Amino acid sequence: MFGKLSLSSIPFDQPIVMVTLLMVAIGGAALFGGITYFRKWGYLWNEWFTTVDHKKIGIMYVILALVMLLRGFADAIMMRGQQALAAAGDQGYLPPHHFDQIFSAHGTIMIFFMAMPFIVGLMNLIVPLQIGARDVAYPFLNSLSFWLTASGVVLIMLSLFIGEFSTAGWLAYPPLSELQFSPGVGVDYYIWALQLSGLGTTLSGINFIVTILRMRTPGMTLMKMPVFSWTALVTNVLIVAAFPILTVTLALLGADRYLGMHFFTNDLGGNAMMYVNLIWIWGHPEVYILMVPCFGVFSEIISTFSGKPLFGYKSMVWATVAIGVLSFLVWLHHFFTMGSGANVNAFFGIATMVISIPTGVKVFNWLFTMYRGRIRFTVPVLWTIGFMVTFVIGGMTGVLLAVPGADFVLHNSLFLIAHFHNMIIGGVVFGCLAALNFWFPKAFGFKLEERWGKWSFWCWLVGFYVAFFPLYALGFMGATRRMQHYDNPAWQPYFVVAFIGAAIIMAGIGFTVLQIAVSIRNRAANRDLTGDPWGGRTLEWATSSPAPFYNFAVLPEVSELDQFWADKEHKRAYPRHAHYADIHMPRNTGVGVVMGGLATVLGFGLIWHIWWLAILGLAGMIGAFIARSYDRDVDYYVPGAEVEKIERERLVPLSKLIDQVGAAPAEQKVA
Amino acid sequence: MRAPHPHGIPFKPSKESFVSKRSVVSALRWSCAGLAVFLAGCNMEVLSPKGDVGMHEKNLILIALGLMSVVVIPVIVLTLWFAWRYRASNTKATYAPKWSHSTKIEAAMWGIPCVIIAILGVITWRSTHQLDPYKPLVSDVKPVTIEAVAMDWKWLFIYPDYGVASVNQIAFPVDTPVNFKITSATVMNAFFIPQLGSQIYAMAGMQTKLHLIAREAGSYDGLSSNYSGAGFSDMRFKAIATTEQGFQDWLAKAKAGAATLDLPTYQALEQPSEKVPVSYYATVAPGLFEDILHKDMDGKPAGDKPMEGMPMHGEPAHDGVAVAASHNDHAQAAE
Amino acid sequence: MNTSVITAGHDVAGHHEHHDDGSKTLLGFWIYLMSDCLIFSGLFATFAVMAHAYAGGPTGKEIFDLKYVLGETMLLLVSSFTFGMAMLNMHAGRRNKVLAWLAITFLFGAAFVGMEIHEFAALIHEGAGPDRSAFLSAYFTLVGTHGLHVTCGLIWIVVMLDMVRRHGLDAVVKRRLSCLSLFWHFLDVIWICVFTFVYLHGVL
Repeated sequence: MFGKLSLSSIPFDQPIVMVTLLMVAIGGAALFGGITYFRKWGYLWNEWFTTVDHKKIGIMYVILALVMLLRGFADAIMMRGQQALAAAGDQGYLPPHHFDQIFSAHGTIMIFFMAMPFIVGLMNLIVPLQIGARDVAYPFLNSLSFWLTASGVVLIMLSLFIGEFSTAGWLAYPPLSELQFSPGVGVDYYIWALQLSGLGTTLSGINFIVTILRMRTPGMTLMKMPVFSWTALVTNVLIVAAFPILTVTLALLGADRYLGMHFFTNDLGGNAMMYVNLIWIWGHPEVYILMVPCFGVFSEIISTFSGKPLFGYKSMVWATVAIGVLSFLVWLHHFFTMGSGANVNAFFGIATMVISIPTGVKVFNWLFTMYRGRIRFTVPVLWTIGFMVTFVIGGMTGVLLAVPGADFVLHNSLFLIAHFHNMIIGGVVFGCLAALNFWFPKAFGFKLEERWGKWSFWCWLVGFYVAFFPLYALGFMGATRRMQHYDNPAWQPYFVVAFIGAAIIMAGIGFTVLQIAVSIRNRAANRDLTGDPWGGRTLEWATSSPAPFYNFAVLPEVSELDQFWADKEHKRAYPRHAHYADIHMPRNTGVGVVMGGLATVLGFGLIWHIWWLAILGLAGMIGAFIARSYDRDVDYYVPGAEVEKIERERLVPLSKLIDQVGAAPAEQKVA
Repeated sequence: MRAPHPHGIPFKPSKESFVSKRSVVSALRWSCAGLAVFLAGCNMEVLSPKGDVGMHEKNLILIALGLMSVVVIPVIVLTLWFAWRYRASNTKATYAPKWSHSTKIEAAMWGIPCVIIAILGVITWRSTHQLDPYKPLVSDVKPVTIEAVAMDWKWLFIYPDYGVASVNQIAFPVDTPVNFKITSATVMNAFFIPQLGSQIYAMAGMQTKLHLIAREAGSYDGLSSNYSGAGFSDMRFKAIATTEQGFQDWLAKAKAGAATLDLPTYQALEQPSEKVPVSYYATVAPGLFEDILHKDMDGKPAGDKPMEGMPMHGEPAHDGVAVAASHNDHAQAAE
Repeated sequence: MNTSVITAGHDVAGHHEHHDDGSKTLLGFWIYLMSDCLIFSGLFATFAVMAHAYAGGPTGKEIFDLKYVLGETMLLLVSSFTFGMAMLNMHAGRRNKVLAWLAITFLFGAAFVGMEIHEFAALIHEGAGPDRSAFLSAYFTLVGTHGLHVTCGLIWIVVMLDMVRRHGLDAVVKRRLSCLSLFWHFLDVIWICVFTFVYLHGVL
């Protein structure tokens, strides 16, 4: 009846887990009670859960990402604590089974459920606004994508309290992840959480490719598209090209585990090397799926706050495209030590280095955007400069690892760990937090407090160097990754320093939370009435903050790259229209959230071998999808009169400001 | 299957031959001498190698880092300098609000990385062939062959030429090439002695190769660098590089014991265990390593003839002979 | 005051551009098919690697019955043709003929799936199931994934039959039939590859 599930699946014997469960239960109950007490369920359901508005979906993605950042970071600091303690015979406080789950969960969560939702959320929030569209191509699919991602999150969080998570590392290399060596449900949690969220991501990718190719505002040719939208386009092409491979790989692993097949087993002809190849054919493009949109974020920020157009826009676009193509030709550099011949290793090594050329070009682009600019040191700019310095160091260690001869001694060492955290933290996390500060006013209508943002930045920056430079050194000392304990007492001081670094990063996270809390409290003082708090250059700043649900009352005409900037210069940025036409908009639907819930049921049933539950979940999903296809009331028209009313209200404060400060209202104010 | 390199590597401890322009290389090496001194001061195993392979790899690391510093350091300095120079409050600095294109600068910013990567690419191509772990080392001395088997969670070493075996310890003479043949009786691991150089994966049903040499006597840490489950952290061994006499003594010590590594002993050893103390086997059942590779320890005939290489990345995966195993999987073998 | 008054003439014409779903849906569906194509490429690549990993079990030559598979192939090819007839009638606006041809397509597709299930059941019964060897794992997964797609197509055909019956051939139904048609022909192309690389290559 309940498959493998029984009361003993709950780890009552693990105090850390039980305390966490208690806290989550209390927190959850408080949240639930609060929502019920303030009668907010209806509001949440109508305005958020069932929404098909890309901006709200984007916000939900980012909230999900921030919550998972906390979870992933809790894993990180536990690992750092364990390794700071467990030297020379000491076993630390985490037994191997627990420690192994923690590092597997940390990697899985940070990549799939922190970085990915953040990136997809940013694209949701900004791309339609930047290209002058009113929504994405398939609004319902967008909602479904989000809820599938959320169902993956629910499963991975459940693994903390019911059963266990995988102990096979974030990429679950077989044969270790096969039933023979991992008989528990951990790997199954991993497989189904990733399959569900991966499906959501693929659908998002399709959605955004069509949105960007087909829904740009009149006049916006591809070479007049803002850089962030370009990076989003490349990223979504990478998603659609890479994620199906992940789906196949995990499906084959699942076939081994569920149907007794022999793709990657040690016996009956299985071949684990096949898995390693397949997972990295997805995995390397994945790195760029995360990184490329952040390049776009930094480009927008550096040009906005330097008060200049981006230097070498065409170079930037071509460099982005080149990175996208090359990212599929380098996967083997993740396993030079598998014994492929020297020719193969050298080819993939050199191909990897070639990627550093377009990446280097981007750095020079940012550099010469700052050159002869007027740089305002706002929080987003701090993140950007911190990124540029940190990123080139990570790039250097990355190219070093791309030399097979060097990789032979550095592979799987803490040097490798330091390298990719250098890229992921210094690149992706800095990029996401820069974007959070930069576009927050567009999403919510008020700016984030600068002071706590700066504290957060400095803690992250300093914390990163303190936490990861000792790991570079430890790599040179022969320390490998994923050690639950180690014998060499000479390593301990480095691990202690790394732990201190992690603690400083924790302070950085704390300041981000504080910054958001304080900003919400002081929102009246930080209101952005203009819609253009930074002196922006692209279309998302041309509409109000927060943008109305239809984004643009009248679709903007584009004839230049930085259209909004040019409009402000020519004093035509805030046109007043005599007449507003009806606007066609998609209607909210609960099918996405229902299907997400059923997907969770399906995943849970599969993980615990509760077959009737799995069938129920799958049949429910198919049924809900078919039912949706019968729903013909999926859109409506906003009457022109209503649009006019909203626009008039918006222009009242705006006209006052425009009278005061002229064409580019906010630029001088901030400076 | 690749033929072994006809010449092998002309190992000379002094200068290497990655780049023809030796002066450039030495200049680069001096340029990062400070880094080297700092790193050496921390007693970093990888950067204080005790053998030729490791020495080459250390030099390669320093050359690559030095070469990249040529771009990276100026970029960092320029970033900070531009940020400071063109801060909004510095109204004396030139402001060019429309300037966004310069063919010269763009040519340079594509060109300079291209040149650096071209140089690094040549170095990579040569060093990758030179440091290929499968390539036997050139030496007048007859090599010692050691068969290494990764197990849950210990290393089994077999000396086929001497008929002895050991767990979690190896010994070999200095200045003598050591030819490792490596496989796994369980999940994927990696065989690594940081101070001697390269690592290579250990995979069940496949044989990988590694060629190392020690130039200084000493007891070096060896480990699995690829996570393999609960007992992974203790999957460590000692690699003792010693004199010829010391090696003979070590063999004598192994021979002195009564333990025999035959099928039942092996099956007992294959049971998962952690923190396994060093032990020796005076005699070893002949062909045991091949049997482990083919997974036919139960005496039944092997399921199939070896697979004809792995058609992966368009070329057979090296000498890694993949073998279709019989029904005898790990769990059954352990019974 | 810098705001200016702009006539909305362009806008009235422009605002309908964004909800013309036909071309957008087809583009998106093409991109989905490409991603599905990548799933099959992954499975084909895996099959290529595992093609000789018999592990002492049966080889393709021993278990494949080319005549039987040729029968399956013909069923699917004919179903593609009948779907084409349904589409021709859709463009001509002949609702009942669309229904008839769709129903025929369904029958051929169902017969194909039935034959495949029978083939699989026979293999498993002979001890040549997917757990016998890596080769058989790859074979069952590749062919089975195609079969699963055809099954999804069958469900979709049933839904479309009902939709055509209820709503007639309106824009939404036509758009969906066009997508389904792409999907069905796509599965045909995949099957040709399966037939060539798995069956023919396995036997010859």
